[in-house]
Amino acid sequence: MPAGFPPHSTTASLPQHSDRGFPFAAAAAAAAGQAPPRPRPAAAMQFMLLFSRQGKLRLQKWYVPLSDKEKKKITRELVQTVLARKPKMCSFLEWRDLKIVYKRYASLYFCCAIEDQDNELITLEIIHRYVELLDKYFGSVCELDIIFNFEKAYFILDEFLLGGEVQETSKKNVLKAIEQADLLQEEAETPRSVLEEIGLT
Amino acid sequence: MLNRKGRRWGADACVVGFSGGGVGAEFGDPLRERMVVPSLKLQDLIEEIRGAKTQAQEREVIQKECAHIRASFRDGDPVHRHRQLAKLLYVHMLGYPAHFGQMECLKLIASSRFTDKRVGYLGAMLLLDERHDAHLLITNSIKNDLSQGIQPVQGLALCTLSTMGSAEMCRDLAPEVEKLLLQPSPYVRKKAILTAVHMIRKVPELSSVFLPPCAQLLHERHHGKAVGPPILCFRSMDRRIENRMGTPAHRRMVVHTHRHTRNRLSCPWPPPFTSPTLTPGILLGTITLITELCERSPAALRHFRKVVPQLVHILRTLVTMGYSTEHSISGVSDPFLQVQILRLLRILGRNHEESSETMNDLLAQVATNTDTSRNAGNAVLFETVLTIMDIRSAAGLRVLAVNILGRFLLNSDRNIRYVALTSLLRLVQSDHSAVQRHRPTVVECLRETDASLSRRALELSLALVNSSNVRAMMQELQAFLESCPPDLRADCASGILLAAERFAPTKRWHIDTILHVLTTAGTHVRDDAVANLTQLIGGAQELHAYSVRRLYNALAEDISQQPLVQVAAWCIGEYGDLLLAGNCEEIEPLQVDEEEVLALLEKVLQSHMSLPATRGYALTALMKLSTRLCGDNKAAILEKMPLVERDGPQADEEAKESKEAAQLSEAAPVPTEPQASQLLDLLDLLDGASGDVQHPPPLDPSPGGALIHLLDLPCVPPPPAPIPDLKVFEREGVQLNLSFIRPPENPALLLITVTATNFSEGDVTHFICQAAVPKSLQLQLQAPSGNTVPARGGLPITQLFRILNPNKAPLRLKLRLTYDHFHQSVQEIFEVNNLPVESWQ
Repeated sequence: MPAGFPPHSTTASLPQHSDRGFPFAAAAAAAAGQAPPRPRPAAAMQFMLLFSRQGKLRLQKWYVPLSDKEKKKITRELVQTVLARKPKMCSFLEWRDLKIVYKRYASLYFCCAIEDQDNELITLEIIHRYVELLDKYFGSVCELDIIFNFEKAYFILDEFLLGGEVQETSKKNVLKAIEQADLLQEEAETPRSVLEEIGLT
Repeated sequence: MLNRKGRRWGADACVVGFSGGGVGAEFGDPLRERMVVPSLKLQDLIEEIRGAKTQAQEREVIQKECAHIRASFRDGDPVHRHRQLAKLLYVHMLGYPAHFGQMECLKLIASSRFTDKRVGYLGAMLLLDERHDAHLLITNSIKNDLSQGIQPVQGLALCTLSTMGSAEMCRDLAPEVEKLLLQPSPYVRKKAILTAVHMIRKVPELSSVFLPPCAQLLHERHHGKAVGPPILCFRSMDRRIENRMGTPAHRRMVVHTHRHTRNRLSCPWPPPFTSPTLTPGILLGTITLITELCERSPAALRHFRKVVPQLVHILRTLVTMGYSTEHSISGVSDPFLQVQILRLLRILGRNHEESSETMNDLLAQVATNTDTSRNAGNAVLFETVLTIMDIRSAAGLRVLAVNILGRFLLNSDRNIRYVALTSLLRLVQSDHSAVQRHRPTVVECLRETDASLSRRALELSLALVNSSNVRAMMQELQAFLESCPPDLRADCASGILLAAERFAPTKRWHIDTILHVLTTAGTHVRDDAVANLTQLIGGAQELHAYSVRRLYNALAEDISQQPLVQVAAWCIGEYGDLLLAGNCEEIEPLQVDEEEVLALLEKVLQSHMSLPATRGYALTALMKLSTRLCGDNKAAILEKMPLVERDGPQADEEAKESKEAAQLSEAAPVPTEPQASQLLDLLDLLDGASGDVQHPPPLDPSPGGALIHLLDLPCVPPPPAPIPDLKVFEREGVQLNLSFIRPPENPALLLITVTATNFSEGDVTHFICQAAVPKSLQLQLQAPSGNTVPARGGLPITQLFRILNPNKAPLRLKLRLTYDHFHQSVQEIFEVNNLPVESWQ
């Protein structure tokens, strides 16, 4: 590589479309004749994946429109890549035209894709905050909590991030919102009798 | 965290006496199933799937359950629909198909129960996407939910919209979201703001819808009062805002804040605007929305440049006072908000002198006052650095930013070292001298064990090489080359070569550097390295002796590095005389004799590691040496000549020859046209001749001849009893010698090498030698090595005759020589009459 080679020159040459420059999503936007390339928006997570040390997916949140096939392919690729990394390696890697930020908490890997110009360090904080929220909600969370209550893990994430952006920086507010929603859900469920439960109504 | 305990749901999670097998048995009859068997609970299903011992078992459980879920969907059971969908979502996460749940999402969203909606929206986010038209069907439900005023439901709808809302949905629902932007409930409002961000990303034209309310959000904060109805027309609104923001009072405020920030760094400006309704969440969302607007539309960018003082104030307050413990992380108040504001400032200050100046002092303050003991602080600091480097900041501030990155390099957290290296790499062109100051630290990072770090350290180190530090840097880089991970070698080697080419202080240093790269990472250099180095050495006449000796030594140590071997072979061929001369002052005396040189080249030729190109270099070197090394040792060169190929084309040729031997033709096959006609004459001549062949005593061995036939033709091992050479012609110093070889593996074949030498004072030109043999033999003439023999023992001409003699008939040979000598043309025709009997018996 020549001296002074720009580190991200490959990224710069890629077309950047209005739907966040994601290579797979780009075609549709281009076909629709949308706005010409422009500087991409600032922060925004492209997706977040949670998976176990065995490579089992525990949660997937996609903020970019992709087909199921593409999602599976990306997941497989990233799980492999991240699991192959040694524990003492840094938490960032360049992947396609994105940056991957991952962190392992016990048996779970939290893995986020952000854009080239985004701040990896604050993404680590986002991951950490999410783990804290899970921990507070479940009370010392473990992987099994997330397996058996995966929908709750999604609900918590959706109160913390919205469209890939941080929406609430207070842990209390996030948990309060979840509690209220849980309460509403219980109210909706309690009138149901055992008979209802077994389908007799 | 996440490291404790087993299961927490014990008894309550299991339905007694219920198993997966039961489901399978019942599911054939949906009605009965519904009446008798309750549907499996989500957690029971998970339990069962986790209990599966094998992949096949898991598949079986899931297929069974999916059939069950399908049946339930078919029956349209509304009570358990949410549970069935939740199960399906789990199965989906495991990678099984779940598209048949899409319509159920729609039904659940349309339900009035919150539980249904919650799961339904979750399912929509996971199963629907904008590629399928089905997603449009939820547009109406979302519209209803947005306008109904139940906050958690509005929240679900907004969340779904911002996750999977397509351009079409965004266009349809923009008015609803816009209304919610100015809603009193902060919970809904913050979500609406971020949904607006998503909508603008999908449909940039919607910027004009969201700019006015967004401006109002900040304005509201400014005045602490509620806002009026949003105005849809962007243009008129923009003008209105500009008018309002542009009042003299406002301008005074801006100027005042500006002056204030410049003069007093530490003391915060008393907050001129506070609003109880503006929570940090809404502020964060608003900043994000403004960022998005500014990136989309130049008008928005112009507009929001006016609020830079306000943003500066907000950030200053954050940094100096902190919001609340609730929003801070390890002593850094709301790093998420800080980062977002810094990012917006970056966009506003980019290419804009005035805005940049307004934020200069604040950035300096954040850069110096942020607590960097934890990652959160470093994240803020890093964002500050990025902003400083991107706007028109003061020179001193830029140096400060680079120094922060330099300090990052010393951090114990490798993530922080990583971002520092990455950022410095981007700055190395624009702020070269500032980055240059951290060179020792950067070089230190070459020792990182993590390859992603050492790769960046390498790139950065290479970028920092210049003519003043080239010697020191190259030492480090060459040390790195010796120890670096294999996947970095090629980059490192080519980086060193390029830098050496740009900054080499002397030719000798340059040669040494390339040599070092070739010896340590020879297999990783590009092909042109060989050409470059030979070019370089060729052009440095005073270094020929030095180079050839260094290369000879390197080659003696290792013949596996192909580029090195190639350059070395080239140099030995070219400057072999200097190598043997042994009077190079620059390196310790080295006594090399010809035998050693030849042995080394032979080793190269025979090594299985040598590439064909390398063998080519070695052969060429040998040929050059055959002329450059004169004297007794020439014989040694010839003897030492190894073989090139043992089989392949040559074996085929021999097979062909033995086949043809059975049907020897009348005329010998001739290689070239001019010889063909004349050969017929020769044959005529020969036909007349008869009689026994005499066996003359062997003459002096002829040098050079064997070399050529060895190059062209194989013969392993050399014939046990060599046939003596023969001098057949001499006139005015021009001599013709024949040497004979009969390959043991093919005794029918006789190879005669004809060597023409010239010890006279005049050149021999237009030399042609033709030959004829009896009809029972077959003769093939190879192309001669040339047609000129320079005077006074110049390079002789050699030519190879292949004679096939399967019947071991007595050999007779007639030759015709034509050449020009001393400006006279000479023609000689004669029969060689003293051929040794070994040549045919």
